[in-house]
Amino acid sequence: MNVAIIGCGQTNHRSRRLDVSAPELIDEAVQLALSDARIGPDGIDAIVVGNMEHFEGIHLSDLWAVEGTGGVGKPQIKVATGGTTGSSLAQAAYYLVASGFYRTVMAVGWERLSDSEGETTTGIVTAFDPIYERPTLAGAVSGLAILACQYQAKFKTRAEDAALVVVQARENAARNPHAHLTKPVTVADVVKSPLLSSPIRYLDMCPTSDGACAVVFTSDPGDRKSAWARGVASRHNHTYLGDVAEGSADFKHTLKLAAAEAYRLAGMSNPRKEIDVVEMYEPCTWAALDWAEALGLCGPGEAAGLWASGATRLDGDIPVNPSGGVLCTNPIGATGLVRVAEAAMQVRGIAGARQVDGVETAMATGFGGSFWNEVMILGAKP
Amino acid sequence: MSEPIAVRATPELHFRYAAGRYGSLFLRGLGEGRILASRCARCPRTLVPPRVACTHCFGKMEEIVEVPPRGTLLAFTLVAFPFLDPFTGVQRPIPYCYGMVQFEGTDNTFQYFLSEKDPSKLRVGQRVEAVFNEVRKGELGDLLHFRALE
Repeated sequence: MNVAIIGCGQTNHRSRRLDVSAPELIDEAVQLALSDARIGPDGIDAIVVGNMEHFEGIHLSDLWAVEGTGGVGKPQIKVATGGTTGSSLAQAAYYLVASGFYRTVMAVGWERLSDSEGETTTGIVTAFDPIYERPTLAGAVSGLAILACQYQAKFKTRAEDAALVVVQARENAARNPHAHLTKPVTVADVVKSPLLSSPIRYLDMCPTSDGACAVVFTSDPGDRKSAWARGVASRHNHTYLGDVAEGSADFKHTLKLAAAEAYRLAGMSNPRKEIDVVEMYEPCTWAALDWAEALGLCGPGEAAGLWASGATRLDGDIPVNPSGGVLCTNPIGATGLVRVAEAAMQVRGIAGARQVDGVETAMATGFGGSFWNEVMILGAKP
Repeated sequence: MSEPIAVRATPELHFRYAAGRYGSLFLRGLGEGRILASRCARCPRTLVPPRVACTHCFGKMEEIVEVPPRGTLLAFTLVAFPFLDPFTGVQRPIPYCYGMVQFEGTDNTFQYFLSEKDPSKLRVGQRVEAVFNEVRKGELGDLLHFRALE
């Protein structure tokens, strides 16, 4: 069955939302999604909800979240896949509708990273093997630093080239009322910011945010503005980062694999030409470069040039993250779903000041865990 | 509205993680200053740490082999930011360097500490060797770090 996105809601993501409890934060996004979809709570047949539980230290988070999702008395399933939680929520909701078992399903992702009092890295370290890899790993920051080290060694890319990614991201975020970090930064600011894990500096890395996002999927959109799912793919990775970095240490292979499958499903052969806008899950500047290549937007080692040419800007030929992306906003369990919501808004032509002209096809990606990846391609037609 | 309230929790949690049959062999091997790997009869890959099923082809890894305690550094980073170590509940000592080392005769990498603290003195492709502690207990920490051979 063809599946359309008809409603998207997200909070204005901030570093700390002490004015609301977790379910109240979720409720904000859910109400906005229902209103955007022009349906009431009774119009939702099932709910998929998720976050990354170790950040709040609350387990069975679907129990905790239900007052915000409106899921009492309905089928509600929790999906939690780390960084990809949000994109996995979208994929699960898509499959529930595509299968014909449910007509309308809402995906709800959320996180309150402020609840862990800044110790996001501690939470991420607990996601990895406790015996062999936790003693060295410093969360997503050092995991991505390993990727950045390899990328830099392979292509002799300069820190200034990577920095341009966040400079452009902040320019876009300034147009997005939901974005967390909207202050402009310069290349000089980035390369002078404190070192986190070489070669990654503070401004190369995504923030930690409090926020929630909800997206409504249906097989029966009626006359509502719709973004149709045309290619959905997910590829998992190994347990040990030492296996992910096998031999040639090609970290991006699950993104390449997921993208290839999504392109095949969507009947695409030239993504650079056929995709109008990308909402990429780029947790750091260096990853954006590497993954633009994995997605086939440019050739190996060409991503720095892609950014420098302006092609990735809002008015470029392949805009990347008009929302400002993960580099500007990162409520982790919602982050991947925000990519899907933003891509859907672009296709539906309702992205406001960050709208790209004439979007027919948009792509959203999700990254998480041991470098596993997910891709969803949305189109104006089924 | 007056100042919103947030309630603090500071639990002390305890866990004990099973290394398993092959993992126990590996850790005891470190206690003897040896690096043990498992070999897949099917694909055929040799992986460190050893495990029962091959993560690539899902073949059974029934052969345990010793590999030389040296290899190639494929990536590295200097960790310079503070965070609570979930193993100890206190801040992990920083700065420290770690890297991905491919042992000779293996097909994957092993993520571990490096003796060098200056990343500008490290390079991808560098030869490194394992340095063991003199007093060993059959635990991961028996492996002190890797040091550059050149």
